[in-house]
Amino acid sequence: MVTIRIPTQLRTLCGGASELKVEGATVAGVLHELDAQHTGFAERLFDDSGALRRFVNVFVDEEDIRFLQGVETTLADGAVVSIVPAVAGG
Amino acid sequence: MTNNRVHVNGLRCRECGRDYPAEPIYTCEWCFGPLEVAYDYDAIKAAVSRESIAAGPPSLWRYSDLLPVASDAAVDLGTGFTPLVRADRLAAELGLGEVWLKNDTRNPTNSFKDRVVSIALSKALEFGFKVAACASTGNLANSVAAHAARAGMRSYVFIPSDLEQGKVITTAVYGGNLVAIEGNYDDVNRLCAELAGVYEWAFVNVNMRPYYAEGSKTLAFETAEQLGWETPDHVVVPVASGSLLTKIRKGFDELHKVGLLDHEPQVRVSGAQALGCSPVASAWIEESDTIRPVKPSTIAKSLAIGNPADGYFALDVVRTTGGGFAAVTDDEIVEGMRLLARTEGIFAETAGGVTVATLKRLAEEGIVRRDERVVVYITGHGLKTLEAVSPTCGPTATIRPTLDAFHEAFDVEEN
Repeated sequence: MVTIRIPTQLRTLCGGASELKVEGATVAGVLHELDAQHTGFAERLFDDSGALRRFVNVFVDEEDIRFLQGVETTLADGAVVSIVPAVAGG
Repeated sequence: MTNNRVHVNGLRCRECGRDYPAEPIYTCEWCFGPLEVAYDYDAIKAAVSRESIAAGPPSLWRYSDLLPVASDAAVDLGTGFTPLVRADRLAAELGLGEVWLKNDTRNPTNSFKDRVVSIALSKALEFGFKVAACASTGNLANSVAAHAARAGMRSYVFIPSDLEQGKVITTAVYGGNLVAIEGNYDDVNRLCAELAGVYEWAFVNVNMRPYYAEGSKTLAFETAEQLGWETPDHVVVPVASGSLLTKIRKGFDELHKVGLLDHEPQVRVSGAQALGCSPVASAWIEESDTIRPVKPSTIAKSLAIGNPADGYFALDVVRTTGGGFAAVTDDEIVEGMRLLARTEGIFAETAGGVTVATLKRLAEEGIVRRDERVVVYITGHGLKTLEAVSPTCGPTATIRPTLDAFHEAFDVEEN
């Protein structure tokens, strides 16, 4: 079981929940499982080619998945997956 | 609205164009693209003239018609209208012609961040927020803490724990909460994006971002006005998140759109990054459409954003305007700081060293040309990053207080 942290912008898709627990072995797997349970997540997170949209950041246990194996990153039981919009600053 | 001179239609997604109301929101609910302020340019055109601007205050608020918040509600420490100085000695050293320096070390907390924060906290008060917050590489921290103090707001400022001492002290002195995070800026930013979903605070670079980012346009407005309502041929801008570079281009375009320029601006825009954190420069150099995030390792900590939110837009601006990028080493950064100080008497922080070193590289590569009028943006003061130059800058000699000792140390031939 993996915990997914839902950003404010997507909570309307899942009844306002800020965290959900789903089954899955990879990042892609849990995000598609999320969509299976709450329709609408996949089209928000992935573009037409099936890649993550470029302003969507996904972290596994606080590490950006682009430093891991992207959406193919495997997840240990109890992992925390955060979906975070890109933010500016400096 | 406290003033009918705010000409804002709402917010619009820069990726997919969806419209949103002007609220404290920052990403498109559909595609996660950043939201940007959408203006009624016809109304602005009818309201402004070169004369009305000249009659305004000597600060960024002289351009309030082109900003998303009313000037009579401003949280103002006197930011903006900083000097634009001709840099003939630097130009000669680099084999260039007409070079100007926009000296934004002269802002209230000594960096360009006062521009964005003044706008963001003015807007935050208008929305009714009581707490100001930010994720920062240092300059934003200084500015948010100072402006929050000025506005009587509480503040939470989040920084990486390895920041320069000069930036920690000059934030803490204003008395708000300063939270040092064991991680890099990208870790701090991710935490703040999550905190912004929990607390009803005005995070200047998160939920205030659409308004905040507009403040950077004033660097372009001032540049054009100070050049007699003309635009430069080429600008060189430091790149961290990419927002500043993108907004400087937007600022020149808006001046033309509202009738303040005689000609459509043709400004080539070049970006400056440190080699130890150059995700956008790397994409340009490798002719790639993908910006790969990096783990920063550079003395230019104010530019150390490994996952730049506006990187794609900055890359696009540089490509479409025919500019360039350079990624400069830490040694080049220190040399750039010293070159600027030695030739023009301006002491810039490491980001300024990155920008001057990039100007030098681009001049050598023929990307910045001798026949161009060039404006270089110096965005932060050198006293903030003394660590960078302290190993190589010290007394020329340390001597006993006697004439003999001086003569021994210095062979002075002329008076």
